[in-house]
Amino acid sequence: MPRIVGVDIPNDKSIWISLTYINGIGQYTSEQILKEARIKGDTKANKLTEDELSRITQIIDRNYIVGGQLRRQVAQNIARLRSINCYKGLRHRRGLPVRGQCTQSNARTRKGPRKTVAGKKSVKEAR
Amino acid sequence: MGRSLKKGPYVDEKLFIKVNRQVEAGTREPIKTWARRCTIIPEFVGFTFMVHNGKMFHKVFVTEDMVGHKLGEFSPTRTFKGHSSKKIR
Repeated sequence: MPRIVGVDIPNDKSIWISLTYINGIGQYTSEQILKEARIKGDTKANKLTEDELSRITQIIDRNYIVGGQLRRQVAQNIARLRSINCYKGLRHRRGLPVRGQCTQSNARTRKGPRKTVAGKKSVKEAR
Repeated sequence: MGRSLKKGPYVDEKLFIKVNRQVEAGTREPIKTWARRCTIIPEFVGFTFMVHNGKMFHKVFVTEDMVGHKLGEFSPTRTFKGHSSKKIR
């Protein structure tokens, strides 16, 4: 199996899809990379030549931030917001939605699984 | 994002004048302000602002990291002290 950018080992799917297994590369970016490298997107990843692989690696290294580096950058941005005490930082600390969404109901992605409070009106009615 | 880049940052003029006056005088007095929508520009670094939140003034010491944010982001307008603990019956 070919290796692209460090430890990422895309499997034997089309190269267009296997590239998206790298953190930070979606289908659009993947297409852009392959266009620049002049490789057909539907080539199987294990059929690629050494030369083609190195071309892909080169393009990614030059133009994109991927993998651990990207994850570190995102974490840094959040840490900065937290440290300067701004509204966005406060929301991150609380684990609530950051971009002004409603929180009376829903917002479960940020808040996590529901914590039912005993004695609340809706719970009593259910009994 | 948001305000178009063509327009540039919004800076409250009165506040800007006040900061400039302090720069000339070489003082670093806290400045009371209601201009929450004012973008923090590099000239503001090192100053302390008293930013109104509708009720009181929050002391905000501007550091380099805050450049590009608005003053209002550092003066929360809502209070949430957590839900009350379980009632004992």
